Amino acid sequence: MENILEFKSVSKSYGSKKALRDVSFSIGAGKIVGLLGTNGSGKSTIMKIAAGLIPSTRGTAAVKSNTPGLKTKADVSFMPDQPLTESWMKVRDAVHFYRDFYADFDEEKARKMLDFMNLNEKERVTSLSKGMNERLHLTLTLSRNAKLYLLDEPIGGVDPVARDKILDAIVEFYNEDSSLLISTHLVRDIERIFDEVIFIREGEIVMQQEVEALRMKYGKSVDDMFKEVYA
Amino acid sequence: MSIEFDNNLPIYLQIMNYIKREIVTGKLKAGEKIPSVRELAAELQINPNTVQRTFQELEREAIVETRRGLGRYVTSEESKIMMIKKEMAGDLLERFIHGMQELGFTSEDIAAIVAEAVQEGAAGSSRSSD
Repeated sequence: MENILEFKSVSKSYGSKKALRDVSFSIGAGKIVGLLGTNGSGKSTIMKIAAGLIPSTRGTAAVKSNTPGLKTKADVSFMPDQPLTESWMKVRDAVHFYRDFYADFDEEKARKMLDFMNLNEKERVTSLSKGMNERLHLTLTLSRNAKLYLLDEPIGGVDPVARDKILDAIVEFYNEDSSLLISTHLVRDIERIFDEVIFIREGEIVMQQEVEALRMKYGKSVDDMFKEVYA
Repeated sequence: MSIEFDNNLPIYLQIMNYIKREIVTGKLKAGEKIPSVRELAAELQINPNTVQRTFQELEREAIVETRRGLGRYVTSEESKIMMIKKEMAGDLLERFIHGMQELGFTSEDIAAIVAEAVQEGAAGSSRSSD
């Protein structure tokens, strides 16, 4: 089957700093893939290239065989690690903002998700806690009917309760025909929702592995492998 | 359902064993409907493909069966359930015997110890029921 996302020998430099070196990987349809690495390992750079926000310096990236850009924006729903909402917005405005922007936005699904997340439509986005903000952005991101969802650190810096809720929502609301790429450095809490994991270190792919195969082969959790790779 | 997962072991095997135990202990009855992939994945917070794989394996072992358009059901064959029970007992025994052998007990020793323990257990339970 056609890969949803494919990187071939992608390198990226910011000035003289090399963020990615010769990165190759692919993500098949219907997969939930973890992009695991410590801070500064290149996770967000991969996300941004896949989302078509920045170009690669060398190599090719493709979403359903198309170079990321205008054409692929309809297929890709990206949740950046920084909030996208404006300070004047209420939760409802944020939803309308997304609805107006994206033709594939499913308002009905958004309403269900807000409910599930205990988010009040009348609340101001500036008054939301960090965990609530993550919930809102996950709602906005997953309410699009996209082929590829890119979640950059969806559980970074939120408490365990919010984390649980976010994981619940991902499993409950993701669309089975689409693929998810989730970057994180918090492996333990989230490893059970992955089909595969990609380990990235200093801009290079260390390993891509099916998680159940990894457990079978090494008798170890992804979290333990992660600690070994980055120790 | 709730399972304490050990992330060091394949998750699908852990769910398989869990469901088998639920069946053997009668919490899931013969012929009863089991949750959908989506429901179980959400409940256990795990990857839906992992649940899918679990169900496929259980189907392959004829422990659950799919009825088209209706969902998945526990087998209604009691003999199959008996077989799972024996299989689980076999696993327990194997681990026990292996452990005893490691401690240096011979086969005769083990048999004697088990016989004694079972008798004491029986005596104990009859006393407590008095």
